[in-house]
Amino acid sequence: MQAETHAREDAPSFADGLAAVVRRVVPGVERLDRLSRLSGGASQETWSLTGVGSAGARKMILRRAPATQPPVVDKASLETEAALMRALKEAGGPSPNVLYVLQPEDRIGRGFLMDHVEGEALGRRIVRDEAFAHARTVLTSQLAEALARIHNLDPTRLPPLARRTAAEEFAQMVASYREHSAPRPVCELAIRWLAQHMPPEPAPRVAHGDFRTGNYIADANGLAAVLDWELAHLGNPARDLGWLCVNSWRFGGIDKPVGGLGAREDLLAAYAKAGGGRVTMEELLFWEVFGTLRWGVMCIGMGARAQQSDRPVELSMIGRRTSETEIDLLRLLSPRT
Amino acid sequence: MQDSPTPATLASAIADLLKREFLPNLTDHLAFQTRVAINALDLIARQTSTQAATDAAECARLVALLKHEGALAELNAELARKIADGELDLATPGLAEHLWATTLEKLAVDQPNYASYRAEIARK
Repeated sequence: MQAETHAREDAPSFADGLAAVVRRVVPGVERLDRLSRLSGGASQETWSLTGVGSAGARKMILRRAPATQPPVVDKASLETEAALMRALKEAGGPSPNVLYVLQPEDRIGRGFLMDHVEGEALGRRIVRDEAFAHARTVLTSQLAEALARIHNLDPTRLPPLARRTAAEEFAQMVASYREHSAPRPVCELAIRWLAQHMPPEPAPRVAHGDFRTGNYIADANGLAAVLDWELAHLGNPARDLGWLCVNSWRFGGIDKPVGGLGAREDLLAAYAKAGGGRVTMEELLFWEVFGTLRWGVMCIGMGARAQQSDRPVELSMIGRRTSETEIDLLRLLSPRT
Repeated sequence: MQDSPTPATLASAIADLLKREFLPNLTDHLAFQTRVAINALDLIARQTSTQAATDAAECARLVALLKHEGALAELNAELARKIADGELDLATPGLAEHLWATTLEKLAVDQPNYASYRAEIARK
């Protein structure tokens, strides 16, 4: 504790340190005009800032974790996220322009600075608002193309990524469910079905890990930028396609399986056409069931932690959303006629 | 027998109070937490007014499926185990109907505005 306090006194204030970094690395910026924290938990912060100077005003985003924050096991570091964003952009994909990766000598923690991307990330608005009516007609194929680009990134040119197999992740998911939940017959049905339909493990590809509506920015023309790479890993690319189709991310647009936007067949056709490879409807169904159960188990986990957390009501209510995934599992595995 | 008002009525009254008197005067963070609390109180009101009937119905379906009497939690655990073991599956007469009925009863309490639930009850 003593050392930490000392380090903090020694370090420049966060705002001053950030202003110095921006002045140094962004041409034409002389000072910071607005700096505000957008969101994020204790471990990762997102800041919005505007730099002003001879080049006019420039809106930027900083993703940051305090230097004292230990890295989270199995999650990509902020430096790795920045490398993935740059790699996707170089490959011609929709990705924010990463301006700078923080260095230890900057003394304002870990993270990276990028240009602000205009548009909307809230899934509910993308799926429902009139402003995105045209975007919705093109997003399914644009998302497929972005995924094909991501899955074709060369992992040897990236920082090391965690390797994830379907069997390992399935075993972890089942263990977590058994630890935290009372018996749930619908979840048992899904677990048995998944065990019986486990696909052969393909050669691992770069996978985003959390590719869904809510984790990209859309504008009137469609897909503007892919965000939220912290679950990036090496694994089965079909997992990303299935996760995108999980009903929890359709924001009410339940008759449009691809993120509340389009048809599964169109997603797979556009993905193959963009060079992603052939994924069958059966494989997609496996990963959609897998993803639905996965979100259910995550809800169970949050509900189980509620009473030990500083927001017990909120987490308890997330726990009570597990039944949403049960009805979606039944709609997939035992549809009523 | 306890006197009125019922817990459901009380929970609804607290939710209304928060909605009318508190919510308009709160800043972002507290308004969010308060909306969550209102949703929780509404859930309590729904659950306490329907649970006795839905638990009894679920128990009766489980007795028919498993062919013996028992307490609800034990019967439910036995069903889960038998599905896990493959002893019962979707080909078992009555199983799909039971899972659907139980799940719809949960959604009616947990999240009655969830789109999948709205679509399924519109089907009836």
